[in-house]
Amino acid sequence: MSTTTEGTSGSAKQVFTIEGATVRLAGDSGDGMQLAGTQFTNTSALAGNDIATFPDYPAEIRAPRGTLAGVSGFQLHFSSDDIFTPGDKLNALVAMNPAALKTNLADLEPNGILIVNVDAFDKKGLSLAHYDENPLETDELDGYNLIKVNMTTLTREAVKDLGLNTRVADRCRNFFAMGLLYWLYGRSTDVTLRFIDAKFGAKPDVAEANRRTLLAGRNYGETTEALPSSYHIDAAKLTPGTYRNMTGNQALAWGVMAAAECSGKELFLGSYPITPASDILHELSKFKNFGVRTFQAEDEIAAVTSAIGASFGGAMAITTSSGPGIALKGEAMGLAMILELPLLIINIQRGGPSTGLPTKTEQSDLLQAMFGRNGECPIPIISASSPADCFDTAIEAWRIAVRFMTPVIILSDGYIANGAEPWRIPDVSDLPKIEITHPTGDDADTFHPYSRDEHLARPWAIPGTPGLMHRIGGLEKQDITGDVCYDPDNHQHMTDLRAKKVANIANDIPLQDVNGPEKGDLLVLGWGGTFGACTTAVERCRAEGLSVAHAHLRYLNPFPANLAELMGRYNKVLIPELNMGQLRFLIRATFLVDAAGLNKVKGKPFAVSEIADEIKRLLA
Amino acid sequence: MSTESLPILTSADFASDQDIRWCPGCGDYSILAQMKKVLPTLGIPREKTVFISGIGCSSRFPYYMNTYGMHSIHGRAPGFATGLKITNPDLSVWVITGDGDGLSIGGNHLMHAIRRNLDLNIILFNNRIYGLTKGQYSPTSPLGKITKSSPMGSIDNPLHPLSIAIGCEGAFVARSIDMNIKHLGQMLKRAAEHRGTSFVEVYQNCNVFNDGAYSWATSRETKADSTIVLEHGKPLIFGKDRNKGIRLNGMEPEVVELGKGVTEDDLLFHDEKSPEPSLAYLLSRMRHPEFPEPIGVFRAVDHPRYDDELNRQVETAREKQGQGDLNKLFHSGETWSVSS
Repeated sequence: MSTTTEGTSGSAKQVFTIEGATVRLAGDSGDGMQLAGTQFTNTSALAGNDIATFPDYPAEIRAPRGTLAGVSGFQLHFSSDDIFTPGDKLNALVAMNPAALKTNLADLEPNGILIVNVDAFDKKGLSLAHYDENPLETDELDGYNLIKVNMTTLTREAVKDLGLNTRVADRCRNFFAMGLLYWLYGRSTDVTLRFIDAKFGAKPDVAEANRRTLLAGRNYGETTEALPSSYHIDAAKLTPGTYRNMTGNQALAWGVMAAAECSGKELFLGSYPITPASDILHELSKFKNFGVRTFQAEDEIAAVTSAIGASFGGAMAITTSSGPGIALKGEAMGLAMILELPLLIINIQRGGPSTGLPTKTEQSDLLQAMFGRNGECPIPIISASSPADCFDTAIEAWRIAVRFMTPVIILSDGYIANGAEPWRIPDVSDLPKIEITHPTGDDADTFHPYSRDEHLARPWAIPGTPGLMHRIGGLEKQDITGDVCYDPDNHQHMTDLRAKKVANIANDIPLQDVNGPEKGDLLVLGWGGTFGACTTAVERCRAEGLSVAHAHLRYLNPFPANLAELMGRYNKVLIPELNMGQLRFLIRATFLVDAAGLNKVKGKPFAVSEIADEIKRLLA
Repeated sequence: MSTESLPILTSADFASDQDIRWCPGCGDYSILAQMKKVLPTLGIPREKTVFISGIGCSSRFPYYMNTYGMHSIHGRAPGFATGLKITNPDLSVWVITGDGDGLSIGGNHLMHAIRRNLDLNIILFNNRIYGLTKGQYSPTSPLGKITKSSPMGSIDNPLHPLSIAIGCEGAFVARSIDMNIKHLGQMLKRAAEHRGTSFVEVYQNCNVFNDGAYSWATSRETKADSTIVLEHGKPLIFGKDRNKGIRLNGMEPEVVELGKGVTEDDLLFHDEKSPEPSLAYLLSRMRHPEFPEPIGVFRAVDHPRYDDELNRQVETAREKQGQGDLNKLFHSGETWSVSS
């Protein structure tokens, strides 16, 4: 479908209505690509599109300028349809320099729109990107819709009478690229103009420069003959309500704040900076007026131990980290488990082992969460499946932690932590209430810290309460009294009790649901951040007539009570994971199900096609 | 105002019902006894008192107190105490640690707890040996110490707890000796009364694995000449006949005899309130046998406390922005509506 419209400059250009597009901005890590991508995202979300994003940046803050190692990218998929992934192939790529072109070109679809900043393709830029010849002058880019723009020159031109030095002026280039994309996809500049006012208000000349560059980029699109048409994307048919954009880390931060409110607690976060979890610490540090106390500890161990201390004192306590930090917290997590105190341990997984790929995504800490402690130490594990889902996951994790008096591990990953999608804003009064009772000492003659309720949870008695003085610790305790106890039968009994308590959570969580036929040829069983790719791949295969369903696990320990029965209804089970087969290992060991795996650890999420191809291969 | 007066508590009220399992003759008994004696004098209810320890002989301490307590993991007690104190500022929080727990595996946490200056009382039992693991050298064992893990003598240059505490600009730093029960009680009381992190090193005898490590400081014959009691505003005098003192010679302390042209006015006068920690540090470096080792309060100054500051920020934020409202937060910034 297409219509024709009048551009403001008077030139008539065609407007095509399309379902959606996948666009990536790529440039040097100092080029402001993440900012540009975030603005483009917010603008698209406010236009009513469904969105999914994939920011991808190097571990180095500023790798040498212009090099391949320093390329930072931000991918955005927007659509009038329901979407679940940032897209496999790019419809459009903006390359701010030769290095960005080289590292990103492979993802651009044939005949895709390729916008390059020609000014950066000088001898130095080409050499830093290891180009022997200028690709703009060879036939290398013949298969693409190449749009050459003198972005640096045009940016300097737009701001020339503001008296800014060249370095400051050149920093506005990302706004030029944004303006051009806004024109191409029929986006309003309002959101970004408001952002510029808010962000650069204190520096009027910089604000003005960014404003002018943004509009210059948009006007360039309108007038250049290189772009004969632009695109329109209708608003998506989302569930009615008020929406905002959310990244996974922000959703986790707001989710734990909501959990605190739902349970009548004040929140304590003990944390140590680590990629990609630090944004939760940053976000929560802002909300002291909510009674949120954040403690940036001296290390990962002090981060978790301070949280356990706060939990002992009756606070809602959490600690946030990534795999290497969780490894350091292991001993203290074991203590929290045997103390039987509520605590949330949030792991934003990244590529491992060791320091691994700090800024890239992976799901390889599942077995660490499951087994990474000394002794018999089961800890409930729940995972978030998308940026917005992080919010609900946080509340559910805290519900389990306090009902069963246990630490709970939340697994997120770098992909959903930094990715964004629309979040339907709930009314706080509709959120589930989380009941917590603390014993009072009034009628207690002898207090038994390890007596248990119907959930096998022990009482959460808070220091300061008269009559309930008690001592807890890491040594094995006698059942009921909590006194130190080395009796062999008691240790067996307590180990069994603690395991049973965690296993019983299966009776307190929903049965596993399935998307697709109730029984059939293949079940795709996923967990965590692969939700979008699994959903899209399975729907695509079903549209092609294949008998395939999708179940996505939120609860990883314990598993939902019906999981064995559910898997039995399909001839085959495929488990796609961004690891070498960790859930598959657990499923095989627990249920003796001969599940197949689709595994990769390349620091990137699954492409939909990778999963779809494997489904077809298995069903061929 | 309530007419009900606080119940008068005694030492026995602070004893838990647990059997004490330290070796007979251990210096820990004396510290426990003094603690039980001091606590009733502080006017703090038992339920407002919490003992947190790490791992080691000393760290069994919380089990023997009828207060709240946590026997945590090795070296990390300051972390637990920090989270507890931040969220419960009205609790009186004690950290019990040892030379291995506090200075070896937990050195990092000890350093940061001291410099943050939360209102904690940290008591480090220094017996200069690993007792619970049966006799390896510790980070405070002297060079040449022969132990199970150093049969040819330790080659590990020892740490000095007070030098570290003062190096971290500790606001309250003191030392006492397990056998000197009256002095020990005084130090515990002063530590409790000081607001901010109070760090007290206690010379403690391990009669099984390191017996007599401090005999020079405890035996009737030698203690007067080998220790010196610090008193604020008083000259540093010691010796059985109170005829020796410490004088500063440039930046170095020296032992001098009183009389023979040296008067009390020539001696170093102790100033625990000096804002500069340098003199306190110099005192922490006076070591047996070259010097009498000081006991008492090395430093007691008022510094901002992390727990106060954090909770003040919470109050300030509430005053300025009002109590947080999640609905308002969720709808702040850019939002859009989808209608049916």
